[in-house]
Amino acid sequence: MDRRSVLRAACTWAAAAGIGALAVTSALAEDTVKIGVVSHKTGPLAGGEAVTHTPNIEMWVKQVNDRGGLKVDGGQKKIELIDYDDKTNPAEHIKAVQRLATQDKVDFMLSPYGTGFNVAAAPIYAKYGYPLIAVSAITDKIPELASRFPNMFFTLGSTTGFVEGARDTLVGLRDAGVIGNRIAMVNVADAFGIELADVARPMLTEAGFEIVYDKSYPLGTPDLSPIIKGAKAAEPDAFVAWSYPPDTFGLTEQAIIEDLDVNAYYTAVATAFPAFSAKFGSKIEGNLGAGGVNPDTPAMQAYREEHKAVTGKEPDYWASATYYASLQILEQAIEGVGTLDRQAVIDYIKTHTFDTVIGPVSFDENNNSERYWSVGQWRDGVFRAVADTGMGDSVKPVAKDGWN
Amino acid sequence: MSRGEAIGLMLAIIVVAVAAVLPLILDGYWLSVALTAMMYVALATSWTLFSGPTRYLSLATGAFFGIGGYLVGLGMSDYGLSFWLMAAIAPVVATALALLIGLATLRLSGVYFVIFTLGLAEMIRNLVSWIQNNFLGSRGLYVLTDFTDADIYWMLLAVSVAIFALGWWINRSRLGFALRIIGSDEEVAKHVGIDTAWSKVVLFMVTGFFAALIGALVAPRYSYIEPNVVFSPELSFIVVVMALLGGIHRLWGPLVGVIPFTLIWEGITISFPNYTTLFLGFSFLLIVYFLPHGVVGLMQSLVRRVGR
Amino acid sequence: MDILISGLLLGGTYALIAMGLNLQYGVARIMNLANGEMLVLGGLAAFWLFVADGLSPIATVFLVAPLAFAGNWLIYRLLIRPLVRRAKTQGQLDVDSILSTFGMSFIFVGLMVTIHGEYFTYSYLADPFSILGTTVAVNRLVAFIAAVAIGAAICFWLYRTQSGTAVRAVSVSTEAAGLVGINVERVSAFAFAIGGAVTAVGGTLISTFITLDASMGVIFTMKALIIVIMGGVGDIRGAIIAALLLGLVETAVATIIDPGLTLVAAYVIFLSVLLFRPQGLFGRRAS
Repeated sequence: MDRRSVLRAACTWAAAAGIGALAVTSALAEDTVKIGVVSHKTGPLAGGEAVTHTPNIEMWVKQVNDRGGLKVDGGQKKIELIDYDDKTNPAEHIKAVQRLATQDKVDFMLSPYGTGFNVAAAPIYAKYGYPLIAVSAITDKIPELASRFPNMFFTLGSTTGFVEGARDTLVGLRDAGVIGNRIAMVNVADAFGIELADVARPMLTEAGFEIVYDKSYPLGTPDLSPIIKGAKAAEPDAFVAWSYPPDTFGLTEQAIIEDLDVNAYYTAVATAFPAFSAKFGSKIEGNLGAGGVNPDTPAMQAYREEHKAVTGKEPDYWASATYYASLQILEQAIEGVGTLDRQAVIDYIKTHTFDTVIGPVSFDENNNSERYWSVGQWRDGVFRAVADTGMGDSVKPVAKDGWN
Repeated sequence: MSRGEAIGLMLAIIVVAVAAVLPLILDGYWLSVALTAMMYVALATSWTLFSGPTRYLSLATGAFFGIGGYLVGLGMSDYGLSFWLMAAIAPVVATALALLIGLATLRLSGVYFVIFTLGLAEMIRNLVSWIQNNFLGSRGLYVLTDFTDADIYWMLLAVSVAIFALGWWINRSRLGFALRIIGSDEEVAKHVGIDTAWSKVVLFMVTGFFAALIGALVAPRYSYIEPNVVFSPELSFIVVVMALLGGIHRLWGPLVGVIPFTLIWEGITISFPNYTTLFLGFSFLLIVYFLPHGVVGLMQSLVRRVGR
Repeated sequence: MDILISGLLLGGTYALIAMGLNLQYGVARIMNLANGEMLVLGGLAAFWLFVADGLSPIATVFLVAPLAFAGNWLIYRLLIRPLVRRAKTQGQLDVDSILSTFGMSFIFVGLMVTIHGEYFTYSYLADPFSILGTTVAVNRLVAFIAAVAIGAAICFWLYRTQSGTAVRAVSVSTEAAGLVGINVERVSAFAFAIGGAVTAVGGTLISTFITLDASMGVIFTMKALIIVIMGGVGDIRGAIIAALLLGLVETAVATIIDPGLTLVAAYVIFLSVLLFRPQGLFGRRAS
């Protein structure tokens, strides 16, 4: 190595270190409320986050700031959003949350995308006393997590509640004579898919269904046609897939190609995405899937219009609205307390009922909101809830009538 | 002990002492940066124990690391076993696996070895997912402990010290000598009567042991274990990249690669929150073009210039 | 029959994923970890043009191919050639190319996320087509036909033309090829660019039936590495046969045993091939 290249190398490292040093001492503005979030901008969960979380945050911050900011300390303070990318890596995520808490000293933090990330971040939120209003976290460990992390709240339901919704939908269809007892069930061999299938297996059997095909497939399977062919050969009356976004699209495309003739067809995550209906058009009329909303309430209609106007895209028909509701809860709790006292805000969330886009939300002794939609069905381009827990405004599911 | 060694030992003691008191003075964020760096130091150094002298680049780190994290999650969540028991079992399992891999890969060389380890890691990841799906029927693996970041940091520090001590001992032993000869010419090594197979396999088992141990120790930090996250192929690549950045012909090479790189990574994450990945990519390119011999190479030429 | 046809179609997909890398690693000797990102980039182009302008992905292929060729040629000239010139051994070049292409893959992901952070999903030729009683998707069939055409074209070029012979000579030995008057650098750049174009075209076609997103490239990179190594470095026939073999095995396992074991089976096949033939199916014994 000659002299010049040594010098050049030294300069490179010095410059790089300089970038780091500069960023560490970023100036802070005093008259804002600092809100932090760590998102997955790249990596396996980035596609879901970009649909369900990011546009809602953008819209909420804009709305609050347009009306002058949050009402605290007798005046109004605008929101300053601090946002880091964790590349869907838990270690990076934890580090970035620590940074928000101790370096940026943000006033509040928003919840991350994915069960694993919510659970991984919960100890840090707890340590520094931040409320964590989890949305994209579905688990059966809610009581245990809530007793461990009293600052953690749950809004999107439990695994069991979720599967119960699917079971009730299928039972309803069976009682109406639409389907028989034979169910083909598949799942993606990853945490959430495994968990759902594991809960569903005994529950469906107990409800009198016969699971005639029960297989898993690995994450990132390039060709799902053998699964649909296998399911079809088992001659099921209903098809249930505990699937992730890429395979929800892939399975459905194969089902159309194979003309999988079932009167109930369920896929999990991403069925509620606008991209799902954009891809398949009218062919998915009557498809069942995870989530659903009641699109008829004035609050929901206003939300969907505003979302479209501000972000240029449609929200999904599931967790989008719930995530926005979690932001409303935070907003109302902060303004209800009137200061940025986090402990007071946590107590306020525990004891009050909030008026949100998904209706009134309050939390039980396990910090859990027992009001959520669990199954939706595509009807005329809208994904309507057909099963819920505590909502009471679902419509009756109908038969799926072919892939046209 | 020669004078150079004495100085080296003194330096090492000072570095370890400073590293040990860091959790007492750092705030939560810098501690978590230090913890991440310590994890990569341990992983990259143990990786270098095998891959440095033999020049067999292994992409199986993610598999061993995953075994550590996964077994801890499985034992604690499904069988109510203690963290310590699982943290002890996991490295043993990984070592046994490394023995098998080591024996299986004896005939492979160069890029074939690299991709074999990659394929193996992917096979294990998929196999574990399948087994969990069909036989264990777990409802999410939770690792809920009362460890703080400082506890985990100190455990990783202890592991790193052990790795360095072992590496130092190996370098001085007949085994280290054998490995260096294998690295420069395997045929020659065979002719001078070195049991190349045994040397390679033993060292590979050592890296497997440590990667699994580190995976087990870090599991409480993740809290929630998903097979597809802990068996991360990306981790294997990043460990290789960090070790190569530092330089793999010195035991302390990965150390001087990991630390500046972690800081640059942080700087980029903070400065360009919307373009983190993009700028990380640029920084990689800059390093490759302007630091052809890694940080060790840069330091050695600086030392030479000062010495002249 | 189902297994045979579906398996061959999947094998065609894998060939599209791996043929480009085979040229890049086999001839230009660049272990390109950004290969999968190049593939996803081809898919993004197809998605983007289809959604915005209704352009058919088939037409996009003819747009992507020359662009990717030019882009990869530039990448080789600007970013890779300095590394090749600097490297004293193949080992050193492997290390440098791993580091630099790993960086490039990050850059590609970063760029693609700013263009479209969500899933690239659209519907094109998702219609059933019956071959000998087996229902297949038209878009997969189109990709398979393209894979056969591309594979045949590359084989013809390599084994029947003079420039192809030069390329093969470089893949056997850069030194010997240089001695007989072949411009090794130019041939390598050309092979690298062709490889990149094949990969990007593959991505365009694959995006019609696999839902991609900006971060998914690494999956394809790993698959391509496995196939190239299994086939043997530097032999396009090996890569094609390995791709078909994997496709058939995965489909057979999914149909007969358990879809959950497809990828496990594929890796087991890969590992056993290497155990019995350490140089891959068609590889030359390292000298």
